[in-house]
Amino acid sequence: MQSAQQLINGLMLGGILAFVAVAFTLTIGMLNFLNFTIPALFMLAAMVTWALSSTGAHAFAFGLPWYAAAAIGIAVAVVASLVIERFTYRYLKAHYGDATEHALPLVSSLGFLIIFEHTVITLWGSDPQRLDLPFRDMDVHVAGLIVGIPHLFSLGLAITLVWVLSWMLKRSRIGRALRAIAENPDAATLMGVDVSRIVPVVFLITGVLSALAGILYGFSYSTVTPYVGDAVATDAIAGMVLGGLGNVWGAIVGGLLVGLIKVFAISQFGAEIEKIPVWGLLLVILIIRPTGIFGKPKVGKGKF
Amino acid sequence: MSGYMSGVLAVLLINTIIAYSVFLPAAAGLLNLGAAGFVLIGGYTAGGLTSQAGWPLAPAILAAGLFAGAVAFVLAFPILRTRGVYMVLATFAFAEVVGGICLNIPSLGGATGLSVSTYAGLPVVIPTTVCVGVFVAWLLSTRLGLAMRAVHDDENVSLLFGVNLRMVQVAAFTVGGALGGIGGALLVHQFNFIDVQTTGVLFSIYVLLYVLIGGTQTAWGPVAGALFFTVVPEILRSMSKLDASMKFLETGRFIVFGIAVVLIMIARPEGMITRTLIEKVQGLFRRRSSPENAG
Repeated sequence: MQSAQQLINGLMLGGILAFVAVAFTLTIGMLNFLNFTIPALFMLAAMVTWALSSTGAHAFAFGLPWYAAAAIGIAVAVVASLVIERFTYRYLKAHYGDATEHALPLVSSLGFLIIFEHTVITLWGSDPQRLDLPFRDMDVHVAGLIVGIPHLFSLGLAITLVWVLSWMLKRSRIGRALRAIAENPDAATLMGVDVSRIVPVVFLITGVLSALAGILYGFSYSTVTPYVGDAVATDAIAGMVLGGLGNVWGAIVGGLLVGLIKVFAISQFGAEIEKIPVWGLLLVILIIRPTGIFGKPKVGKGKF
Repeated sequence: MSGYMSGVLAVLLINTIIAYSVFLPAAAGLLNLGAAGFVLIGGYTAGGLTSQAGWPLAPAILAAGLFAGAVAFVLAFPILRTRGVYMVLATFAFAEVVGGICLNIPSLGGATGLSVSTYAGLPVVIPTTVCVGVFVAWLLSTRLGLAMRAVHDDENVSLLFGVNLRMVQVAAFTVGGALGGIGGALLVHQFNFIDVQTTGVLFSIYVLLYVLIGGTQTAWGPVAGALFFTVVPEILRSMSKLDASMKFLETGRFIVFGIAVVLIMIARPEGMITRTLIEKVQGLFRRRSSPENAG
């Protein structure tokens, strides 16, 4: 019974990690770019949702209903993501031909991570904030096991969205263009793909996914801080690598796996051990099978 | 010099050493996001030696450098199997594992951290940093340095020209690891304390930023990067005290700083200090001394 509950807890944490892992894997698979602004987008959406939906003395305390606040949170994250695209990927592409030749996108995205985290700290301080939402106490009890509704919802939503995403990549016109860019951006341009209009789509999807994950995280654990994205994103990166870079289904499996490993390690050996199994496994996998469990060997081979 | 100033200076110099530990692999085309790992290894080794084995400071720092270098050497072979993004992630995973292990050694303080009584002030930090800087500059001027530059620019071509690729990369990674250990050893004795939180998630990222912002082409790059990262926030902090209209800088100085990072990368994608920049500066001086050569 104990371990069944741990299994459920692990899957619920993994559901959120899977979301973020999909966002990472998409940018790296399509654009060969490790986007370090994803933790910032995650945190931004969660913090905006908190600020708008609560009442108090802080800035933008409008006391909006949760769905309106969450919608604005997602919108803010998407706009931020498009701004990031403008100053990292597109700028490089225009000026240096190959966006991945320099370490520049990596550095610039880290610069944006600093900007967004400190904007939020300046606006609302660095203390943890309580996100009071209607479904905080809505747990389902099935045969003595506790299942959180927001967790369940986030896992379901993650799988649905990834299903839609992989369908889109396979069938739709934009999906074909994206796969062509992933294969070879120059050849894609020659074949008539408007790269400068298709690439923002990746950033748009990244923004939506990270923002949804951030808000669902806030709903599930009812606390948000300006640093909430960092730890989640590093675990999600671990999940992405386990699943294989550039593989959306791999990211889901990897995210769930990391969630399970973490929860079981903590329950078996205590909180202080949690880093060793996740990152140790990752290190071993990277060395033995660098493409991850389901990855294609092509992705991530560029200089950066 | 006030206590505050000497504290800032010591942190700046230690940051420079740690930046060199990432710079050497980067100069050979390897992005190392695992600086925290080597810093922790060095810090805990030196801290344990001085506080529990009663070693004097200098041999403890040396031992920390040697041990971190040995770990880097052993680690280099499996890690160099990975490339690009995978290598960044593998080094990052290594740092996280080291953090996890340090957290679980009760004799080194575990989660409460390790306190040491030996203090390493500026009289220790300044000469060490100068030695490290001179050593790195010398290393870059040797045949190995030339090989590192060639590997950084194009692995396949340097392989064709007979450069022992594996040897060069392992050497750069090992020496880098040793420098990280020395930096960690100084860090623990400067603060008289180390725990896993000393090097949080963002630590390795910041160190990699020092190097990439400063530039990976010359030994001046990490100095410029560490200087930028340590001094600019301090300047912005003191500016916030000057005037009421600058008050927002008190908390918002890192926003300005982040914007500066993005803008610098747009203006100088190879880092602030590049080989061409140094040649240009040298050219200016040459022209001034012998005007007939000016074309």
